[in-house]
Amino acid sequence: MSVFWLVLIVFAIAAVAYVLSRARAMKSAEGDSRKLHSLPHFYAANGALSAAVPALLVLAIWLLAQPSVINSSVARVIPDHVLEQSGSLDLVMSDVRRVADGLDEAVRQGAMTNAEADDVRAGLTDVRRRLGDVGVALGSDVRPEVLYAAQRYRALNSTGALLRNIVVILIALVGFVLSYSRTHKDFRARNVVEKGIKVLLMAAASLAILTTVGIVLSMLFETVNFFKLHNWRDFFFGTTWAPNFRGDSELSILPLLWGTLYISIIALLVAVPIGLFAAIYLSEYAGPKVRAFAKPLLEILAGIPTIVYGLFALLTVGPLLLNIFGAEGLLGVGWMGGATSVLTAGIVMGIMLIPFVSSLSDDIINSVPQSMRDGSLGLGATKSETIRQVVIPAALPGIVGAILLAASRAIGETMIVVMGAGAIAKFSLNPLETMTTITTRIVSQLTGDGDFSSPETLVAFALGLTLFVLTLGLNVLALYIVRKYREQYE
Amino acid sequence: MYDAPSLENTLDQKAIKIAATDVQVYYGDTHAIKDVSVQIQDNTVTAFIGPSGCGKSTFLRCLNRMNDTIDICRVEGKILLDNEDIYDPKVDPVQLRAKVGMVFQKPNPFPKSIYDNIAYGPKIHGLARTKAELDEIVEKSLRRGAIWDEVKDRLQSPGTGLSGGQQQRLCIARAIATEPEVLLMDEPCSALDPIATAQVEELIDELRANFSVVIVTHSMQQAARVSQKTAFFHLGNLVEYGDTSQIFTTPVDPRTESYITGRIG
Amino acid sequence: MTDASIPKASTLLRPDARTKKRNASEARFRFYGMVAIGIGLTMLLVLMFTILTKGVGAFQQTFITLQVELLENKLDKTGARDLELIKKVSTFGYAPLIAGGFNKVVADTGIQTTLKPKDQSGILSKSAPAQLRDYVLNDPDQIGKTIEFEFLANSRVDGYLKGRVTRESIANDKNISVEQLDFVDQLKQAGVLKKRFNMDFILGADASDQRPEAAGMGVAMAGSFFMMLVVLALALPIGVAASIYLEEFAAKNWITDIIEVNISNLAAVPSIVFGILGLAVFINYMHLPQSAPLVGGLVLTLMTLPTIIISTRASLKAVPPSIRDAALGLGASKMQSVFHHVLPLAAPGILTGTIIGLAQALGETAPLLLIGMIGFIASNAPGGISEGLLSPNSAMPAQIYEWAKRADPAFYERAWGGIIILLVFLVTMNTIAVILRRRFERRW
Repeated sequence: MSVFWLVLIVFAIAAVAYVLSRARAMKSAEGDSRKLHSLPHFYAANGALSAAVPALLVLAIWLLAQPSVINSSVARVIPDHVLEQSGSLDLVMSDVRRVADGLDEAVRQGAMTNAEADDVRAGLTDVRRRLGDVGVALGSDVRPEVLYAAQRYRALNSTGALLRNIVVILIALVGFVLSYSRTHKDFRARNVVEKGIKVLLMAAASLAILTTVGIVLSMLFETVNFFKLHNWRDFFFGTTWAPNFRGDSELSILPLLWGTLYISIIALLVAVPIGLFAAIYLSEYAGPKVRAFAKPLLEILAGIPTIVYGLFALLTVGPLLLNIFGAEGLLGVGWMGGATSVLTAGIVMGIMLIPFVSSLSDDIINSVPQSMRDGSLGLGATKSETIRQVVIPAALPGIVGAILLAASRAIGETMIVVMGAGAIAKFSLNPLETMTTITTRIVSQLTGDGDFSSPETLVAFALGLTLFVLTLGLNVLALYIVRKYREQYE
Repeated sequence: MYDAPSLENTLDQKAIKIAATDVQVYYGDTHAIKDVSVQIQDNTVTAFIGPSGCGKSTFLRCLNRMNDTIDICRVEGKILLDNEDIYDPKVDPVQLRAKVGMVFQKPNPFPKSIYDNIAYGPKIHGLARTKAELDEIVEKSLRRGAIWDEVKDRLQSPGTGLSGGQQQRLCIARAIATEPEVLLMDEPCSALDPIATAQVEELIDELRANFSVVIVTHSMQQAARVSQKTAFFHLGNLVEYGDTSQIFTTPVDPRTESYITGRIG
Repeated sequence: MTDASIPKASTLLRPDARTKKRNASEARFRFYGMVAIGIGLTMLLVLMFTILTKGVGAFQQTFITLQVELLENKLDKTGARDLELIKKVSTFGYAPLIAGGFNKVVADTGIQTTLKPKDQSGILSKSAPAQLRDYVLNDPDQIGKTIEFEFLANSRVDGYLKGRVTRESIANDKNISVEQLDFVDQLKQAGVLKKRFNMDFILGADASDQRPEAAGMGVAMAGSFFMMLVVLALALPIGVAASIYLEEFAAKNWITDIIEVNISNLAAVPSIVFGILGLAVFINYMHLPQSAPLVGGLVLTLMTLPTIIISTRASLKAVPPSIRDAALGLGASKMQSVFHHVLPLAAPGILTGTIIGLAQALGETAPLLLIGMIGFIASNAPGGISEGLLSPNSAMPAQIYEWAKRADPAFYERAWGGIIILLVFLVTMNTIAVILRRRFERRW
């Protein structure tokens, strides 16, 4: 029975509880709903919620917990010498899972019976061939220990599923029975239901915390694993990025960080002046007609998916720059070897950030009180003097906050750099050279064929965590500055 | 009431600083100021009084073209400053506003130091060639703004940290620093407490020696205390204009009388 | 008593030198502003122009119509029309039939060519025999008859007609020769070879990197659709519930503060980080199927939630407290006042925010790369909801990225075309959101 059906059954029990609880409440009030403490549908909802919510909660927890419980239980049956041969537990476990999946597939296709799948012995049967027949390809012959572990894995999984189904349905029934027995005309059903709904609402809000915790934990665990395999000093302070899937890689973040920052700086050099001047023009000079026309048009730039900018960088801006700076380009200087470069990605990212900077600055400039402008204009200042010497200084903290937010965006941007920046990690000041960034490396380390326990793959999690901390710091700082700024004028 | 019998004889000899003829102001479709003609004298405090919404502030803002900053506002008619039409297309409002300074209803010091607040005007108009000259202008303006003694020890602290009355005197000092010839004040005391109001009123009286001061107020007592000439506005019309003592004692128009006696307002 | 003695600005009618200078700087400053707006709008224009000029071609495709005789002795030797036996004939068996079609055209139209039959067929897509085979398997009764069949032309031929491929550019191209292009010119004159609108680009499946002419967006579109289904089903109710709690019930304490800070930060976390989360939690830990739209949908849900929560809270906040007071005054519970009065009034705003959040999620690419929604060819449209959610698929932006990676101008054209399709969806969604806002927005 799959999870889908289980959920459906729980819902069915809830539906029954809904109908029966309502009927019982009405009966206790002799059919006169005015004698009830709450409206009839509250009794019904109480029944349904009592049946469904705890059961689904337990199901969710069970689904989250079962994999790790089974994993550790299976890991215990794997003998040490197998671990030593394979190098790591993760590798063996992924073998185990693959074999187990293969057995499942074989059973599903009818090539084996369930009993056979449980009984096959590696010594007696060619498991690899039999699984190959049903379309499950295994890299090497199946070792008896692995096969045994896989069978245990299957057994535990099916026991777990069975146990889970029983427990969940039982909880649903108990919830139903309890709420049903409490259903009476004097029972304060509305209060109970409302309290329950409030808890549900709160749970929904806490999902934000859960997500953050999930992000941090998922990266933290793998990062710890990474630092077990790779020296942390090399990661943070080394100067070379040279992954090598045969091992012995040099994986340090500094060259990637340099590429990331260099591209972000170019992007900000493009976006900040243009965005800021656009915001100044729109909020201080433009008439209502120009504003109504130009502002939404600029904001379209912000709504365009980053893949579009990536393609624009790869196929339009890159070749254009190559036509100017390349060996056969207009200038004939040969400063640029290929279409991908720091400048390519930086310019395109800058274009993407223009509306981001301009709409944030626009809001901030507008929140400078009009009386400031009047005061300056009343002294005979020109508009530009007023803007440069009164409005901008007054809005400065807010604008700095906006620029920090834009910087955080630039640092975390992926598609543009994946398509426009290149893949070579190096320290260089030449913006026409190809360089690589943290996000680009995360994508390539995690989409390659490397297995999940090698440092070359795990480094992506360490990079991700660094990226997360970096952007989080910038965001918190920026939001703090902007909030302080707003309070000043409220 | 302001008691100045000795001045009344000299009043008529004073030059006309601003002469407005048939001024009309429109806000979009609303006709806010209708046919206003008035002559404002030099070295005199002129008060504009009237019920709220009567157009007195709007008219005041016409005198240094602050209404230009409002898109939908349109001004017709003639306003002469020293016999030059300030709405002439050749006139640069920036230059005009240097000559006709303005102080606003709410104190609006810039988020800069006290020193920089005062120095801002002289800097943009290029009134000082050296730092020493600038220092001198700042001190002189703060003295004339009657606030020097209170702030001389903390010129570098922010202007926004002062009390409301101090802020308003700072704003007046800021306006004086550009050496205007006319000073417009839009209800300068409405956001202040009585003590601060008294200080500002005293200051206004002193300013009369060097400037032509035009003050908008909704307080009749204040108009009587500080001004020599009073103009009464009602529903966009200039109802009556004359010597303050005359307006308050023997108003010609029944509407002026009703307002002064408190029947409309 | 006049100021005549003072030597400063004597007249207003002539600006003094300093004012002139200041006004010039004012004009410069204003000009910078206009230039900035101009640059922004020009970039938008350039971007749109590039997309349209480079992408429109993808909606057109070159087809070659041939009279093909479906020889019974080749396809169904027994004559029994047994589908299982017909299936045994591989695509190789169909190639001679196509060659025969070319023979007939050459004979009928009198085209002079020195090309060998194999090279004549070379101007067709590599999928041409498979196209014909599928047709026959669908309708075995046609065996023995001569049918008029429209074949996809090779991407080089297609590029030649669109001006992308020229005689000069193919000097080192193994896939096409100048003689073949001459042949194409003649076929075009004879009306056999035509360029027409290609519905398969919009509805069809992706194709291998040898056959750009056959690749389409349809299956990826289905993948995106199922992901949006997941996002809508999860993000909307959870987002609304969270917003109601934070806006209406939450006590002002440190837990609420933490939640608020979390939400505003999650809104600014780089999307790739959500991809790492999806990979680590949904795939590596929970062993959900890789490349499945379900996983993509879950990741995008987490990403979209902050957007939906922020906009929902804004629309809840816009409902004036007097409405709540009125309901509470009648003896409604807090919960009833929220669900009966506040929520319905805020619904248009919530809907608008949700659509905008969905549009954002639809265009998101980076997290999809990490959960494996690229790098393979999704060949069949999913048959049902569970297959749509669980079987590997791509998504529109991931498909575009995949094409862009294949480094073939014919695929680049399809990538731009794919962007047009994607943008059509985004524009439609945003237009709906704007209309909703205009129609139902209430000013209190």
